[in-house]
Amino acid sequence: MTAFWVLQTLNALQYAALLFLISAGLSVSFGLMGFVNLAHGALYMLGAYIGISVSHMFGFWPALVLSPLATACIGAMLHLTLLRRVAKQGPMPQVLVSFGLVFIAVELVRILWGDIPLTLDPPALLSSGVALAGISYPAYRLFVIAMGAALATGLYLGITRTMLGAALRAATENPAAARSIGIRTERLFLGVFTLGAGLAGLGGVMAVPVVSASSSMAVTALIPALIVTVIGGMGSVTGAIAGALIVAVIEVFGAALWPDASAVLVYLVLAAVLILRPQGLLAGTRAA
Amino acid sequence: MASEAAGPRSGLTVAALVLERSSPPPGHSDHGAAMKALLAAAFTTCLSLPATAETTVGLLLPASGNYAALGQDIEDGFRMALAEAGRDDITVLREDTEAKPQTGLIRARKLIMQDKADVLVGVVSSAVLSAVRDVVHNAKTPLIVANAGNSDATGKDCSPYITRVSFSNDQLNRPMGEWLAAQGVSSVYTLAPDYAAGQQMIGAFSAAFEEGGGEIAGVEFTPFGKTEDFGPYLAKAQASGAEALYVFYGGADAISFVKQYDSFGLREQMPLYSVGFLTAPLYLRSQGEAAMGVIGALHYLPSLDTPENNAFTETYANAHDGNLPSEYVVAGYDAGRLLLGALDSGAEGRAEIAAALPKIAYTGPRGPLEIDPATNNVVQNVYIFETVSDGGRMTHRVLDTVRAVRDAPNGCEMG
Repeated sequence: MTAFWVLQTLNALQYAALLFLISAGLSVSFGLMGFVNLAHGALYMLGAYIGISVSHMFGFWPALVLSPLATACIGAMLHLTLLRRVAKQGPMPQVLVSFGLVFIAVELVRILWGDIPLTLDPPALLSSGVALAGISYPAYRLFVIAMGAALATGLYLGITRTMLGAALRAATENPAAARSIGIRTERLFLGVFTLGAGLAGLGGVMAVPVVSASSSMAVTALIPALIVTVIGGMGSVTGAIAGALIVAVIEVFGAALWPDASAVLVYLVLAAVLILRPQGLLAGTRAA
Repeated sequence: MASEAAGPRSGLTVAALVLERSSPPPGHSDHGAAMKALLAAAFTTCLSLPATAETTVGLLLPASGNYAALGQDIEDGFRMALAEAGRDDITVLREDTEAKPQTGLIRARKLIMQDKADVLVGVVSSAVLSAVRDVVHNAKTPLIVANAGNSDATGKDCSPYITRVSFSNDQLNRPMGEWLAAQGVSSVYTLAPDYAAGQQMIGAFSAAFEEGGGEIAGVEFTPFGKTEDFGPYLAKAQASGAEALYVFYGGADAISFVKQYDSFGLREQMPLYSVGFLTAPLYLRSQGEAAMGVIGALHYLPSLDTPENNAFTETYANAHDGNLPSEYVVAGYDAGRLLLGALDSGAEGRAEIAAALPKIAYTGPRGPLEIDPATNNVVQNVYIFETVSDGGRMTHRVLDTVRAVRDAPNGCEMG
């Protein structure tokens, strides 16, 4: 039976890693800019599809680099041309415009890549299973866990230990004061938004060898990412990490131990958080 | 096609007859008679226009969401049947049901009331089928079901206006349960998405498997449309100690499931059996070698070696970059053949078409096909097959054929 628990723990960690990649950017643009970017799921989907195409041309590893770069560029362009304008107009236009972008992206993906779900094989190096505590676990899933952990650590250190991170925290806390001491908040926010888009794209391309890519993933990814953001607290990287772990553990262990309730379990937790701590579990520690 | 003559409805045929009869004998010039004939022809053509009233077909198919690709295949197959018959008196309207019962209901109402469709074709999702059942029945509009396997639609909820040409969930899973028990497999863990089709498929399989002496070691239904990662469920199946795994998945789930099953190295421990949709041609290319050795049961395989199927697959492949038709293409095609058969028998309008549909029988790509008048469900062969690699290209090898599988009435009382 220990094998079963090891397997499920790894499954939960792997799911948490993917959730974190999608949620980090969403949470930060939510918290730092007050921007409700529902198009974030679309960037995740584009990351997956671009990753598949690049992988067919150059292989998996180049795709792992190029696809996030491409989604980061798309994110930056969207921010510069469209989203920055609606950002100032309050949540309703933000929701409508960014959700409109989801529909456009979904249709675009269907036109370019078709309706049939696509897959990507993990690179040869990670295609086998690894023996762990008497069980075989797919090496690729271990790689996803490692990547998620590395990125979470990197982002946390970047925000808490660097000058850029300090500027970012200042700009979030009090934009006017930050501007007056020479921090270029607009540019900073553009950078954060671009990074978030790149992370979503990375999440997309990393997810495809595990789950297949379909045009519905823009929405299916968005919902758990929003839940993670609300549970963890907006604008907080540690919140995104904690939220991703909580949601993943509930879903994975709920699916295994209490399958009848697994579909609603996460919503119960969401409701509890909203009632007891509406700002999210870790929102007090802004940005960190 | 069985018959090219379109029956008494065709105004052009009538006009041609008039013209023929009244044209002067060759060599005899009579302008007056010719003129009269022409007028008569024009007149009869005008008069008979209402009789040539085009048949309006409403396609009720998903064009977006998880099942969009299935909808496209069914439409392709349906249009293939019309094109083959050279019919241009059939108007085809298309409505997107997505995979949502509510949307399906709205679209069905629109086709019936606003577009005055004579017949509806389609419905991919079983949940959509149960949603539109009453509307179709009450409006007395024939519906040719080209996919949704909801057993109740030709069981306790059957209707003289619902004819199914695809399959029922019972029809595919019952033979598989019997067959698997007969193979000596003693215990099975089952997995399927948590909605009507998943529950019916697993229910029918389990009943037949247990009747044959097998034991169900565990049953799990995964949240439909939400589960993309089957890792947690595969780990649970593995821990159950069952001898084999039996599943139903379709769409993107089918691809993910097979790849994940393979990546967890379960192939050696727990052989995978399924309703054949899991490794259907639509998904096989994406699944690749991960699908090797999966055993399934289905009513159609593109690799069936019959003259009808060889001709069919060739026509389809020529129009689709060499790809092979899926069971959805065939269901669309057979829905078209069924409708054309009914029209050719002289049926016209909703009631007559509904009455004529169950009388059509022929041998098509999937083998002999007839409609059971007791339930209006299709009677057909079920093929049990293994997914194998044929020189790097994945294909299906038939292990067994269960002939002319017919559903029990299951509470159907045809009104």
